[in-house]
Amino acid sequence: MARTTALAVSRRTFLAGLAALSCTGVVRAGDTLTFDELYGKVSVLGLAFSDKVKALDGKTVSMRGFMAPPLKAEAKFFVLTEIPMALCPFCSSDADWPSNIVVVYIDEKTTFVPPSKLIEVTGTLEVGSWTDPETGFVSLLRLVHSSFETV
Amino acid sequence: MRTLLLALAASTALIGTAGAATVYPLDRATILAGSPFDFKVEFDGQVKAEDVKIVVNGGDYKAALGSEVEFVASEKGKDDAALGSAVLLRGVKIDKAGAYTVEVSAGDEKKSVTWDVYATGEAPKAKNIIFLLGDGLSVSHRTAARLMSKGMTEGKANGRLAMDDLDHMAFIGTSSTGSIATDSANTMSAYMTGHKSAVNALGVYADRTPDSFDDPKVETFAEALRRTTKKSVGVISTAELEDATPAAVVSHTRKRADKPEIVDMFWNVKPEVVLGGGSAYFLSKDVPGSKRKDDKDYIKLFQEAGYKLATDKTELEAAASADKILGLFHTGNMDYALDRLQLKKGTVDKFPNQPGLVEMTKVALDSLSKNPEGFFLMVEGASIDKASHPLDWDRAVYDTIEFDQAIAVAREFQANNPDTLVVVTGDHTHGVSIIGTIDDDKPGTDMREKVGTYDAAGFPNYQDADGDGYPDRVDVSRRLAIFANNGPDHYETFRPKLDGPFEPAVKTQDGIYVANEAYKDVPGAVFVEGNIPRDGDTGVHAVDDVVLQAAGPGAEEFKGYMEQSDVYRVLADTFAIGVKQ
Repeated sequence: MARTTALAVSRRTFLAGLAALSCTGVVRAGDTLTFDELYGKVSVLGLAFSDKVKALDGKTVSMRGFMAPPLKAEAKFFVLTEIPMALCPFCSSDADWPSNIVVVYIDEKTTFVPPSKLIEVTGTLEVGSWTDPETGFVSLLRLVHSSFETV
Repeated sequence: MRTLLLALAASTALIGTAGAATVYPLDRATILAGSPFDFKVEFDGQVKAEDVKIVVNGGDYKAALGSEVEFVASEKGKDDAALGSAVLLRGVKIDKAGAYTVEVSAGDEKKSVTWDVYATGEAPKAKNIIFLLGDGLSVSHRTAARLMSKGMTEGKANGRLAMDDLDHMAFIGTSSTGSIATDSANTMSAYMTGHKSAVNALGVYADRTPDSFDDPKVETFAEALRRTTKKSVGVISTAELEDATPAAVVSHTRKRADKPEIVDMFWNVKPEVVLGGGSAYFLSKDVPGSKRKDDKDYIKLFQEAGYKLATDKTELEAAASADKILGLFHTGNMDYALDRLQLKKGTVDKFPNQPGLVEMTKVALDSLSKNPEGFFLMVEGASIDKASHPLDWDRAVYDTIEFDQAIAVAREFQANNPDTLVVVTGDHTHGVSIIGTIDDDKPGTDMREKVGTYDAAGFPNYQDADGDGYPDRVDVSRRLAIFANNGPDHYETFRPKLDGPFEPAVKTQDGIYVANEAYKDVPGAVFVEGNIPRDGDTGVHAVDDVVLQAAGPGAEEFKGYMEQSDVYRVLADTFAIGVKQ
């Protein structure tokens, strides 16, 4: 049962950790969210977030899923998917992410969890389009300052 | 002795350097007279502008190519690495048919290529062309479709597929310019431009610079029709419209993954009918579900340009009377026929009213045939390939049956409009074969022992009581045994994947693909060790020839073995676009 937590080894992550603490009072298991609950409407002309997602924006949320193959062996973010992903979209010109993904930012670089292992991620939910400055990866839903453990 | 060897080595090296220049279009290129293309020479080293000599058929190149080349002193690669000098001339046109020998030299570097510039007949042979492409369509897919859809008694098929009755055929060589192996980009690009190219490339020769939009362009068939005719153009796919096959009708990029830009290129050409998946690249980036990185709202732009928008089967039927239709039925690839029609798995719960290839083909023909000048329609059965990669043969065969029913629609149109050429082909093949049956009623629990081969295979027991052309259920007790000849590590379950499309392997931390354990405990499943490199995620394309079939005026030109790029010449000749119209 490996557990990765945000250790306050640098001033910046320490402050980030404090910020997360101040948002949630204490680090606790907040609301849980499932992949089925992400979108209220799915259509050709676009998706709409569910009321639950909108209500949880900025709050501590736990989600279960699978860690998709990361960009690098050690990365500061990874993609959480509902089912294990066969394709690495960064590697294959054919592949595209499905819409029901959540990008998970962790404060410390982590190593990869095998693709068939279910994990539970807890972090602060961020809703809305954001482009990762390092990779150009555009995400709509993120869990930031996250920690995770295998289930 | 030692000195002599060194001297020999040095002279060999010098010979190696000479002749290293690369000329685009490549040697033996076939070029439609009057069709614009980019001319480029890449020198291996840095050369001086005044040393560059270009001669065409022994004379001044400017007379043949129309203008003076631009000299690039040093092209830059990744991290600003110097790649060598180059010369470039975009939009060259050669109107007069014949052999053109282009000799280029600069210092020690020399290269000579010969192009075959061809004209076409003066009179069009047909008014319309319907070009139906089964992505990845291999002989096995069609045999399986015939067995599943029609059945067999005492060794004779109980019925014929629509693709069984085309009059002319050819074997098509699909290899790319850089490899015997190939993908859906360069293969469809060869059909749609008459030029072979490299894996992942569309409407360009693959040059050495990193920019995917600066490669030497060649004209696509849709662009040639815009230049020379007033015909309408239609593009249909069950994949994302930005996927390689539909994209090749209109696009120019070294990288098929440039999907947002491919929508820009559809917008440039504006085919009158565009039907398929991939709406995510038509949506502005602020819309959840968008895969653009800019604010362009192509749904709005197409609507403002007079396109009727359809987002499901009902809206598509209503749009049939419109002159211009944009039909987007999924944010990504549309679901497999097996899921849409029977199992309701995949993403059918999210997009429950998707049309199929047959409905899309009917509506496109209704709309396009209103143009008295005629039309070109490309219909792609995309999901044959999409299912074949993950070794999901039942889904691949259902999509082959659907593709065949779209061919039947095209043939019916042709019967009423005989001035129509119908071409049916694949772009590349897959490494797949039917070897017999799998019979659940054989004794025991060991699935491998239930595989019937030779005489023990018998005949499968699919039923089509409702007469829709598909088996009423896919999971019959004696079904086809279809196996891949390549793939990643995976578990063979000997059964259709009723819970959703097969995902044979998943990626590990080390970047290699391992068998997906989700199938490990399926009763009777056996582990199959992969035989392709471990970073390969799914089964790969085969290098085997594609079988092309055709009927109607112009079809007689298909025969024997043809390079994929030669097919373009037949299309061009059928419409006579190599002469001024």
